[in-house]
Amino acid sequence: MNPSNYVILSALLFGIGTLGVLVRRNAIVVFMSVELMLNAANLAFVAFARMNGNLDGQVVAFFVMVVAAAEVVVGLAIIVQIFRTRRSASIDEPNLLKY
Amino acid sequence: MQEVMPATGVFSLLWLLIALPLVGSAILLLGGRKLNKWGAYLGVFTVLIDAVIAIAMLIAMMGNSAEQRTFSQNQFSWMFAGNFKVDMAFQIDQLSMVFVLLITIVGTLIHIYSLGYMSHDPDKRKFFGFLNLFIAAMLLLILANNYLLLYVGWEGVGLASYLLISFWQIKPSAAAAGKKAFIINRVGDVGLGLAIMVMFVTFGSVGFQDVFGATSQASEGTLTAIGLLLLLAACGKSAQFPLQAWLLDAMEGPTPVSALIHAATMVTAGVYLIARSHAIFDIATTAATAVVVVGVITMFMGAVIGSAKDDIKKSLAGSTMSQIGYMVLAAGLGPIGYVFAIFHLLTHGVFKAGLFLGAGSVMHGMNDNVNMRRYGALRTAMYVTYATFIIGTLSIMGIPPFSGFWSKDSIIHAAFESNTLVGVLTIIAAAITGFYMTRMAAMTFYGKARWEDNVHPHESPKVMTIPLIILAIGSTFLGMGLLFWGNIETWLEPVVGIQKEEIAIPEGLLMAITLVLVLAGAAYGWIQYARREVPTVAPRGTWLTRAARQDLYGDVINDTLVVQPSFWVSRFLVWFDGSWIDGLVNGSAAFFGGLSGRLRHYQTGFIRSYALSMVGGAVLVVLALVLVRLS
Repeated sequence: MNPSNYVILSALLFGIGTLGVLVRRNAIVVFMSVELMLNAANLAFVAFARMNGNLDGQVVAFFVMVVAAAEVVVGLAIIVQIFRTRRSASIDEPNLLKY
Repeated sequence: MQEVMPATGVFSLLWLLIALPLVGSAILLLGGRKLNKWGAYLGVFTVLIDAVIAIAMLIAMMGNSAEQRTFSQNQFSWMFAGNFKVDMAFQIDQLSMVFVLLITIVGTLIHIYSLGYMSHDPDKRKFFGFLNLFIAAMLLLILANNYLLLYVGWEGVGLASYLLISFWQIKPSAAAAGKKAFIINRVGDVGLGLAIMVMFVTFGSVGFQDVFGATSQASEGTLTAIGLLLLLAACGKSAQFPLQAWLLDAMEGPTPVSALIHAATMVTAGVYLIARSHAIFDIATTAATAVVVVGVITMFMGAVIGSAKDDIKKSLAGSTMSQIGYMVLAAGLGPIGYVFAIFHLLTHGVFKAGLFLGAGSVMHGMNDNVNMRRYGALRTAMYVTYATFIIGTLSIMGIPPFSGFWSKDSIIHAAFESNTLVGVLTIIAAAITGFYMTRMAAMTFYGKARWEDNVHPHESPKVMTIPLIILAIGSTFLGMGLLFWGNIETWLEPVVGIQKEEIAIPEGLLMAITLVLVLAGAAYGWIQYARREVPTVAPRGTWLTRAARQDLYGDVINDTLVVQPSFWVSRFLVWFDGSWIDGLVNGSAAFFGGLSGRLRHYQTGFIRSYALSMVGGAVLVVLALVLVRLS
């Protein structure tokens, strides 16, 4: 199978993730969209590693996964805290930190 | 060139001359009220010891041959940077020697006199501290062996002069007079500072030996520049035209200060500077001519001011200016005149100190009134003061055989040797001297008593009259002594050189003409102020009198030419600073403040709008990368 298809798939996933981040209000969904973008990037890394015939991209994919896991821990904790205080998971509501 | 000997024997005490009064002043000024009881005696003691050391040095110096009378003592290296090196080194030669004697002996007498004059002053200890500081600074000025060290002493005497003029600083006029003296002196000091810098650039050194040894290598233009800068310095310190205005106001200080600093020693430092730098002026003839011109102008200005003032101290200050004018013009004549400039300086130092102390004694008996129109007929009330003052008057007028006659006659003779016009001018100034001194003596001691009520003139205590008597003896015999017994000409010749010229008029005739003119001036003064009634309120007088009462408009000229323009400049600068500099700074701050006030509205607080801008930015970066790749 042509590896460039994987790149196209990865671009599509990244675009869907970006749109999700921009248009959805629920923090959990936004969070999942961010995960989608990260995994799209992972897919591109692996595809390019395959195309170039070395392991660099695969290694980076592992790093991204580790960082994503850590990010999820911190992010979910924040979301839970916001929900506890505001009884809402909307990301438009906590907008006090502004001009 | 003279041989420079290491300072051995009594000359190894050279540093002590400066250290003694310096330590004395430090103790007096830092010691606090505990010293009030005996502090003044400490002040007198240090200067007295200095005088004893100075006399011992004179005796030792006279024992050496004429070529072996320069002694140098290197204390330590003061500073060095690259090739530049300045030592804390002292040097004494025949020229410094006579100065040291004048400063220490007259200084001692004036210190003793001050014991009486300042006896009731609550700040007596401070006064003696300042006087000692002055003596130390003046000796440093005289004993330095390089220009930089001389500059330290030069500034030191300026400081002491400032402190002592404004000693009674609760009087606004005294405080202002001190500031005026300090600021005008600063102008001259800038000249000295620049002269030292030019010397360093030209010769690579500021030591006397190095500079004078290398004058032949420098261009005449450079030497003229140095000479003119040194003249500026001398003008400031010696109250010569155009920096003369401070001396008359300096009379606000206590009278012993006027006698010591503003008559006998500090104001003659300019003459010392010119005589010391004679190697420069010998080559830079233009600068030397400028020195003569300045001397002649000041000689007349001082004489005219002295003739019109009713304040006895200011009148004496005018006469000091005039006499220093004589010295400066003699110093400008070159080798013809140096010796006589110093000769007149010495005799003047003694008789003028005597006159000032006499004036102080009169004021002491007259409730500190200085207006001569309220004096009169004091010769019976204070006989010792009267007699000594008259001796001083005869001496300054140049009546033989008093001291002033010999020195002033020598200067007149030297002036004729150089230039007949200058010679004639010196004789005319001598005649005016005869007039104003007679006027002063007549208004004070003769005529009818014009005393204010409740004034009871009395003779001053012995502690004041004995210095007067000693100075009067000096005013009588010092001239003859120096000329015939001390051989001042051969004494100073190895240092400053000497040159004799023939003159057209026979010497005796010249002396006779001078004497007749001086006596004519004196007779006019006598008729005006002793035979006629002196009004207690000054009459309007001629335009010249009115001008002279205003110090020949010295203050007005300074005010119009310097003070007002600097006010304008500073007002312009304040306006420029306020509107342009501040405008620029505040304007840019306001601009960025306003800009950020607008920009911060993009911080909406909505996470999704931040995310959008991040995406937008990322897209832009990618687009830019793609564009760069493609092109």
